[in-house]
Amino acid sequence: MRNYENYRDLVIVLTQKEMKVRYKSSIFGYFWSVGHPLALAFVYFIAFKVIMKIQMEDYSLFLIAGLFPWQWFATSVNAAPVVFLGNASIIKKVNFPRSIIPLTTVLQDMIHFLLSVPVIVLFLFMYHKSPSLSWLYGIPILLVLQLLLTYGVALAVSSVSLFFRDFERLINIFITLLFYFTPIFYPETMVPKEYHHLLYANPLSPLMISWRELFLTGQLNAASLLATLFYGVIAFVGGYLVYRKLSWKFAEVL
Amino acid sequence: MRERAIVFEGVHKSYPLYHHITGGFKNFLFNFPKSITQFMNTRYDVLKGVSFEVLRGETFGIIGKNGAGKSTTLGLIAGVLKPTSGAVAVRGRVSPLLELGAGFNPELTGRENIVLNGVLMGLTRAEVVRRIGEIIEFSELGNFIDQPIRMYSSGMLARLGFSVVALLNPEILLIDEVLAVGDAAFQSKCLSKMVQFKKNGVTMIFVSHSLKDVEEICDRAVWIDNQRIRMLGPAREVVNGYLRAL
Repeated sequence: MRNYENYRDLVIVLTQKEMKVRYKSSIFGYFWSVGHPLALAFVYFIAFKVIMKIQMEDYSLFLIAGLFPWQWFATSVNAAPVVFLGNASIIKKVNFPRSIIPLTTVLQDMIHFLLSVPVIVLFLFMYHKSPSLSWLYGIPILLVLQLLLTYGVALAVSSVSLFFRDFERLINIFITLLFYFTPIFYPETMVPKEYHHLLYANPLSPLMISWRELFLTGQLNAASLLATLFYGVIAFVGGYLVYRKLSWKFAEVL
Repeated sequence: MRERAIVFEGVHKSYPLYHHITGGFKNFLFNFPKSITQFMNTRYDVLKGVSFEVLRGETFGIIGKNGAGKSTTLGLIAGVLKPTSGAVAVRGRVSPLLELGAGFNPELTGRENIVLNGVLMGLTRAEVVRRIGEIIEFSELGNFIDQPIRMYSSGMLARLGFSVVALLNPEILLIDEVLAVGDAAFQSKCLSKMVQFKKNGVTMIFVSHSLKDVEEICDRAVWIDNQRIRMLGPAREVVNGYLRAL
């Protein structure tokens, strides 16, 4: 009954709505999406560079190159528990594929991330570096991989949260833990040898390392990409199965 | 014989008592075996073995006390709920459920909500935009159309809701008590629009406590009482039967 044009417009209209509803206006929204990771970067810079005196060059650039993509993942997953609740009125009213709702919140955060890339470029220039041509294909590849992974996780989290309303707290804690286990404010080379295998058991590690490598050196590592694709497919399939099992009950519990 | 637009066959709908688990993850884990058995066993019935048919182009009323299962019936037709057993078949493009207070996003303007609703109904943005002038005109909301709808009164929301659904060419229209809050002038405007729909062969399901409206507009009606069908037939007879039982 619904054709391709309708699906496309559903995604566009709902994404625009998310943008408006979450940040009220897009100008403030941009400030928010850039300001939050910048503030985090500032805190880590003070803590690790100024106080702990970590031996790294261009540490603020290093931080930002990892924090911006991380922020996309973290914001999307942290928001996931309430996306269906926030759209209860339309879910109870019309039959449409509910899986579009978490997709639009993830897309929205992706757009904010893309808008923050110029800030990374600014920092590159500050350190007398410049963007690389490989960004032209590297950014789209990593965008798709992260979209797959983030959407899969968000779909599962948002579906389960409807049935366990306090799942949100658990997710917040989990995301914080995950952040410290992912090489974002420290390089993966500083992780002791005996824990290296654990590093790659974290689905976010290869992805965040890839982003940082791409932004700082313009290079992509095929093994990291494959690992991310692997985790992305698992997250997406798993998320979709959870969603499919629960989605028909959404209107009942909302 | 005319085509059937909606068929309910022995529809049974019950809900588990979700508050056992929505009470929280911790509760669920700490009472794990109990949670599971409770989850399986405590259900309450909303509809028991309900069967009826609505023909294409028919106007069909649903009456009954609060909590009798009227809104669940509409939810089943809209496809947002699934029957526990039995079958529901609906043929045609169903409008969003018109209900009081629900359905719109309070932060968006009236205009943005029109587009959102149209796209949710299955139209493309271009199709909605083409008709948006007509919708705004019918709603008589004037300059308020570009205000966030959290500023609207309930009567204004009803105006917006009816206008959107009415002018986006639904094939099946579901109306749940939405006219009650509109002022007299708008109510009569909606009613005349519904008469026009009838001429155009739109199928309408009309839930109302205004028995006069049901009697006037509907061809047939069903009276749902205690989760079951108490009476099904021509609207006048069902309304009379309902009135006698009060």
